[in-house]
Amino acid sequence: MNRTIEIRNHIRELQHFQNRLTISAGFVLFLFLLLFARFFYLQVLESKRYHTLAEANRISISPVVPNRGLILDRNGDVLAQNYSAYTLEFVPNKLPDFEATINELATVIEIAEIDRRRFKKLMEESNKFESLPIKTRLSDEEVARFAANSYRFPGVEIKARLFRQYPKGKSASHVIGYISRINNKDVAQLEASKDSANYKGTNHIGKIGVEQSYEKELHGIAGFEEVETDSAGRKIRVLSRKPPVSGNDLILTLDSKLQEIAEKAFGDRRGALVAIDPNNGDVLAFVSKPGFDSNLFVNGIDFENWDRLNNSIDRPLNNRALRGVYPPGSTFKPFMALAGLELNLRTPKYTISDPGYFRLPGSRRQYRDWKAGGHGRVNIHKSLVVSCDTYYYELADDLGIDNIFKFIGQFGLGKKTGIDIQGEVSGLLPSREWKMRRHKQKWWPGDTISIGIGQGYNLATPLQLAFATSIIANKGTAFRPHLVKRIQNSKTGEIFERAPKVLYELNLNPDNLQLVRNALVDVTRPGGTAAAAGAGAEYTFAGKTGTSQVVGMKQGEKYDEKAVKERHHDHALFIAYAPAENPSIALSVLVENGGHGGSAAAPIARQVMDYALLGKLPVHKEEKSIDGNIEGVHD
Amino acid sequence: MTRSLRLWHYLTRYIDNFLLFGILLIMAVGLATLYSATGGNLTRVTNQAVNMVAALVIMWLVANIPLQHMMRLALPIYLVGLILLICVALFGEINNGARRWLNIGITRIQPSELMKIAVPLMMAWYFDKHEATLRVRDYIVATIILLLPAVLIVRQPDLGTTLLIISSGFYALFLAGLSWRIMIGLAIAGVGSLPLLWSMMHGYQKKRVMTLFDPTQDALGAGYHTIQSTIAIGSGGITGKGWQNGTQTHLDFLPEKSTDFIFAVFSEEFGIVGNSLLLLLYLVVIGRGLVITVNASTQFTRLIAGSITLTFFTYIFVNIGMVVGILPVVGVPLPLISYGGTSMVTMLLGFGILMSIHLHPKLVKT
Repeated sequence: MNRTIEIRNHIRELQHFQNRLTISAGFVLFLFLLLFARFFYLQVLESKRYHTLAEANRISISPVVPNRGLILDRNGDVLAQNYSAYTLEFVPNKLPDFEATINELATVIEIAEIDRRRFKKLMEESNKFESLPIKTRLSDEEVARFAANSYRFPGVEIKARLFRQYPKGKSASHVIGYISRINNKDVAQLEASKDSANYKGTNHIGKIGVEQSYEKELHGIAGFEEVETDSAGRKIRVLSRKPPVSGNDLILTLDSKLQEIAEKAFGDRRGALVAIDPNNGDVLAFVSKPGFDSNLFVNGIDFENWDRLNNSIDRPLNNRALRGVYPPGSTFKPFMALAGLELNLRTPKYTISDPGYFRLPGSRRQYRDWKAGGHGRVNIHKSLVVSCDTYYYELADDLGIDNIFKFIGQFGLGKKTGIDIQGEVSGLLPSREWKMRRHKQKWWPGDTISIGIGQGYNLATPLQLAFATSIIANKGTAFRPHLVKRIQNSKTGEIFERAPKVLYELNLNPDNLQLVRNALVDVTRPGGTAAAAGAGAEYTFAGKTGTSQVVGMKQGEKYDEKAVKERHHDHALFIAYAPAENPSIALSVLVENGGHGGSAAAPIARQVMDYALLGKLPVHKEEKSIDGNIEGVHD
Repeated sequence: MTRSLRLWHYLTRYIDNFLLFGILLIMAVGLATLYSATGGNLTRVTNQAVNMVAALVIMWLVANIPLQHMMRLALPIYLVGLILLICVALFGEINNGARRWLNIGITRIQPSELMKIAVPLMMAWYFDKHEATLRVRDYIVATIILLLPAVLIVRQPDLGTTLLIISSGFYALFLAGLSWRIMIGLAIAGVGSLPLLWSMMHGYQKKRVMTLFDPTQDALGAGYHTIQSTIAIGSGGITGKGWQNGTQTHLDFLPEKSTDFIFAVFSEEFGIVGNSLLLLLYLVVIGRGLVITVNASTQFTRLIAGSITLTFFTYIFVNIGMVVGILPVVGVPLPLISYGGTSMVTMLLGFGILMSIHLHPKLVKT
């Protein structure tokens, strides 16, 4: 009996157990279905979203920087090029103590004081998360030494980068300009012009010169790489690549040989020279002395060099040819003469008797000629050859400021020429309106007199003077001066000529023009103010000297050149073109505080002409004559 | 030929071929996935294969032990395990902030791993002993048998192991016939004690639970694992990216990809098709375990077989649930697939017991 109960109990218990086990099996199946439902949700319903997330995880787009275009002179000489080198870089803000890191690095690789200073300046100029080079152009040995120690420097990397180099260094630096690291101002500008995307990987941008004005051409179009990265952001492999389009090469109008000869001709003196081909506006030489070495700026200039350049009394960073304004002095006279002839206020035969001064009717004030006692009888031809001031005082009075402003304005004075680099200033050709606007005063007849000899309110840049000269040289056609001759696609070799641009043509009476042109040739011949500079020229050399006063002289005061400090010396000017019959070069020369145009500026022009026309290199003797006192007529 | 065949038959007479086949298939999947997860690291794969062979040998040994011996061993094993756990609490080695290991001179051991078998064994033994006269008191004793090691292990802290031990004990209680009323009462008490449990939890444990509800709130910290594993699984789609082509895996976005998160690797590369097949394989093994359980002849063997089988399932569910983001991140490996020797041995030890139960001459209770 007991046994049956036990067995029955046992059977019941077994059933009970089997019940529980069935429930468990159901539980297992249920939870597995739950998992399957989750799989279904993740892998079928939401698969697309997760697929995108996985792609985003692994793929990052990184820009590929295009090669910057080269800059060549008109003969193919390289003025700016690229080379690749290793740099040692890190992001200062990502390191706990970057100074300590630099000190530590210095135990492995030589880091000079100048590198540290440069780095500090870079830090000030760049944004927070930019990778900055502590040292550029590492040697192979340095690269190896760092690589062996790189575990000690997390966050410090060696990168291969393209660098800009200017093989000619200081030559033509104001024209070529330089590139330097993109600063916050550049970033704002790029954003405004919607170019930011194209500059994602780019570190450098043109700051001045053609490097700046042709930035778009030179930079090229950035490419992109789809890069597979791991969770630490390391590049694993490239999935796809859109190659960058290299920047275009610039072929300048500049002749670098001519440029160097012109620069050398200045010696240590400050000044500017602009030489233009009057037949098309090509700028053949564009000198501003002293210059600077463009290479200094590329990787960030250090404080010391920056200080030296920026605070030098010689202002080497100032582009004198483009931005320096000087009274044109007697170089103004050919234009005055043309005005007198064209407006029928002067004839070739008209003469004055020069007593050595001019006096307005009813005024006691004397306007003195540079030559005490005067030049005697002077017609328009002689007025230019000997640079008679009195003739032009009277002419100015007869023309009046309105005529002067209107006529001479046609030669581009007082206006920007529109040359293809930035920062040009417009100088000043005064007018009644200008004086009222600027000084709130009416124009007095007395104001006009000194305008006649290029003094007074008159201010012009060397570029403007060269431009104006080129218009006389080519008999009235104004070509816009330009520095870039052609743009060349570096891959396809396709060339885009920058066609000469005729701004306007002046309708001048050929007889009047010829009269002035003949006189300008005589300026460089015996008896002319530039006779010494013109002596022995194997071509007809037309020019006009000028001297512009730095300090105004008071009435009755004798101006003693030697007594005034060098900085108060007159500026020497010279405008010229040659060969006079069919000119292929027109130029202006300015020597700051150089004294007289004929002795200081004209010889420089002669050297440039000799090379430009004859391929003749300057001889040492001639260079000497620049400084020496030249016997002959002073301007 | 026939002699060696006969020897083979003799040696494998206690091996359940059905179960073995399922296990070996899953192990093969495991090795292939590990090969991909380690980026073709043959050393790791070989190590794992050695682990597997060692575990299979242990399984074979255990399968050959008759159940009577095992019953006799239940209490001593449990007591030794408990003492070792106390030793761990007192002089255990701290590793990664957890005190789990005991240095016994020649090697380090992890007593909590032993308890995964010892607890169900002990409970099954206890219930078997009081089979005819089960009273509430017995359930309480059984619960104490379960909770003693659980408390010691949760303090180590080792949430994953605690969870597995509690569930193995619970399965024993459940199958032994614990009344629904008590279970519901326990469930209510459990929910009621959640705040208390919460206050006892370590900061990182709380974080794991919190991130379950919103992994993105700490995307680079505690939520990172879950976010990356769900991305891996989701991006696998229907057929997966193909073996060794998982981008999440091979670009190091997946953490713990050869151990606890290895399922994400498999899932990314084989998609929902692969997932379903793997679940099916697991289901085959679980099903075989349940069949063995049903056919077991004594209370002891029934309870132990049921508990082992359902604990095996619990491993799978907790691990995959964590990887797919429906359970918090707790350190539970994917059975037979995750890299590591200890869990492999524990797992196959359990299967050895199952085989022993199935194939030894039935102990007929009279």
